[in-house]
Amino acid sequence: MEMYRSHVMICKGTGCNSAGSERIAQNFEAELKKHGLENEVVVERTGCFGLCALGPIVIIYPEASFYSQVKPEDVEEIVKEHLLKGRVVKRLLYAETVAEDKIKSINEVDFYKKQVRVALRNCGVINPENIDEYIAFDGYKAIEKVLTTMTPAEVIDVVKRSGLRGRGGGGFPTGLKWEFASKSVNDKKYVLCNADEGDPGAFMDRSVLEGDPHAIIEAMTIAAYAIGADQGYVYCRAEYPIAVKRLTIAINQAREYGLLGDNILGTGFKFDMEVRLGAGAFVCGEETALIASIEGERGMPRPRPPFPAVKGLFGKPTILNNVETYANIPQIFLNGPEWFASMGTEKSKGTKVFALGGKINNTGLVEIPMGTTMREVIFEIGGGIPNGKKYKAAQTGGPSGGCIPAEHLDVEIDYDNLIALGSMMGSGGLIVMDEDNCMVDIARYFLDFTVDESCGKCTPCREGTKRMLEILDKITEGKGEKGDIEMLETLAHTIKNASLCGLGQTAPNPVLSTLTYFRDEYEAHIKDKKCPAGVCQGLAKYFVIEEKCKGCGICAKQCPVSCISGKPKTPYVIDSAKCVKCGVCLEKCPFKAIVKQ
Amino acid sequence: MAEMTFKEKMDKLDHIINEHKQKPGALMPVLNDTQELFGYLPEEAQKRISEELNIPMAEIFGVATFYSRFTLKPRGKFTISVCMGTACYVKDAQGVLDRLKKELNVEAGDTTTDGKFTLEATRCLGCCGLAPVITVNEDVYGKLVPDDVPDILSKY
Ligand SMILES: Cc1cc2nc3c(=O)[nH]c(=O)nc-3n(C[C@H](O)[C@H](O)[C@H](O)COP(=O)(O)O)c2cc1C
Ligand code: FES
Repeated sequence: MEMYRSHVMICKGTGCNSAGSERIAQNFEAELKKHGLENEVVVERTGCFGLCALGPIVIIYPEASFYSQVKPEDVEEIVKEHLLKGRVVKRLLYAETVAEDKIKSINEVDFYKKQVRVALRNCGVINPENIDEYIAFDGYKAIEKVLTTMTPAEVIDVVKRSGLRGRGGGGFPTGLKWEFASKSVNDKKYVLCNADEGDPGAFMDRSVLEGDPHAIIEAMTIAAYAIGADQGYVYCRAEYPIAVKRLTIAINQAREYGLLGDNILGTGFKFDMEVRLGAGAFVCGEETALIASIEGERGMPRPRPPFPAVKGLFGKPTILNNVETYANIPQIFLNGPEWFASMGTEKSKGTKVFALGGKINNTGLVEIPMGTTMREVIFEIGGGIPNGKKYKAAQTGGPSGGCIPAEHLDVEIDYDNLIALGSMMGSGGLIVMDEDNCMVDIARYFLDFTVDESCGKCTPCREGTKRMLEILDKITEGKGEKGDIEMLETLAHTIKNASLCGLGQTAPNPVLSTLTYFRDEYEAHIKDKKCPAGVCQGLAKYFVIEEKCKGCGICAKQCPVSCISGKPKTPYVIDSAKCVKCGVCLEKCPFKAIVKQ
Repeated sequence: MAEMTFKEKMDKLDHIINEHKQKPGALMPVLNDTQELFGYLPEEAQKRISEELNIPMAEIFGVATFYSRFTLKPRGKFTISVCMGTACYVKDAQGVLDRLKKELNVEAGDTTTDGKFTLEATRCLGCCGLAPVITVNEDVYGKLVPDDVPDILSKY
């Protein structure tokens, strides 16, 4: 590799890319050329740095100056001042890194201080489209060690001793899964990677694929060696074009370097892989549905047993792991299983990546050791709730999970603790809600999602979730009745017990969990016909504030159902019985004399 | 580059089919590429796929209707996708969607009568940091409020 005096790392993760980071990269290249610096300073397009809220982000090494919210027109100044004259442009630095008289290193900032980067270690650090950079950061060392010094049984033993559990949501011990598949005798076996990332509001797997695709290739090769497979597939959502592109480039480079193919590293071990695209079906994240989809069928789950480890893709023994699970594997072999097991809690080892979103200051990606508390994640790393609002709940586990209310903020994050609270780890989506969010509406949102995504194969899930949604619709529209809550609970338990796959078995969780912690909100909707957060349109009431009304009559003219009456120059009144709550009057009133309650 | 004619696209389809034919489970990659090529799955293309891959039309229809990315109707020139992922939803993506429906006078999933816009509600686009987010073809607009909608539409 060539040597440069400075590296300009520009985040090309999806968040920053959408905010225009390509233009910034191009401006850097043009400006550097203009000043004749193109052989001294290199511009690298990297994966996600994590702090998406402040994108586009540019980091300049060796100083590690962290520029945030950079605009294309700022580039000229950065090149002239920082790269030419060596003067950091303080004005554009991430404010948290600027102390009174000195500039803090990025690792001292609240957002990064408590993070431990294992799965994300290369994200934002290397150029994912260049295999040499991965290799320079110990890439493909683990596979070399595995192929030249270890037996498959030893490989499985290491994964087992590390305590690694599946990061796709279920938390199944990875080593055990590999052991099952290694024991199935067959001439053909498959290794699959689940990159379907269906949880709406989660983008950890995408960031790993975009930022460090070779780690996944290396890990899948290790898995293939452990179970005796020669073919792999990565099943990726079609909605992730950048991830697909980078992974495809990486696979081709690995082939060129003899790290995939018929004779890997000259050891005679044979393994190759391919990317397969999903086509927008949440249920395809479930392992048997994913297998059906790769086979070219409708992605419908199949009953288990037989488990994929025995009879999976094309009827052959198969293992499927999540992207983040794989991202940990090379590190476990490089640093030893004891190192990995030293992080985390008794039953959940290592770290977990979360995608922080919703009403939180630092939206973005964070990786924390298991056992970190929810409070630390949300209020220290995440920087708390914006606009001085009050925290209400955090949702984890997406449509299969539940919420964590304020009284449980001190829970230590691990698989078992979250389940005990009626939520789950899930794949890592963590959405924060504040006092302005209505929990009944959120439950309705997730049910709407599952009804949409239920594949329709089994009745409890197909019909049951629809009935639950109807009741939730009724409640949010202000037509809730006594007995609705009980009916929701009965349906929920039936669906949980009788559904074929994980989708149905977990679909009622968002309702059950909000009922546990926010039953009063449900009751307010049903009994008092009030939405305490003021979200549910159907329950809103519009009023004219008499003192503010100038009697101009604009509202009455705009009202589509003529429910506003009054005489010019005197306060108007809204007839709530006729009002359809469209909100036009509030929008049009020039004197802000109409309020919604 | 000039827009390909239907016939040229059908020829391209033969290439697509040949490229994937030998793979196990070829149908999904073929349909994905076909959707990309035409913007939807025309019946004629489905027939060709059925003949070449030796899969009954009924089965292709079954697969094509199962996955939300596959569409059987032509789409508008611009597809507006409104993210209804959780992070966007809690930041009033619904308000943005409602405003788009009103401005375009279509429901989600439909195309305007002039064939210009197709409006869609989708799941997480992966830029939750910019919530709420919409995309118009490849362009991404973030941190929106409903009142931003008319300005965005006027650019197309
Ligand atoms: C409805 C449903 C959706 C799922 N979606 C995903 C997903 O998007 N990504 C994922 O990795 N696992 C998902 N899973 C879990 C997988 O079935 C499987 O357990 C996991 O990929 C195994 O990998 P792991 O052991 O490494 O976690 C889903 C499960 C269900 C029931
Ligand atoms: S929820 Fe909208 S981009 Fe993620």
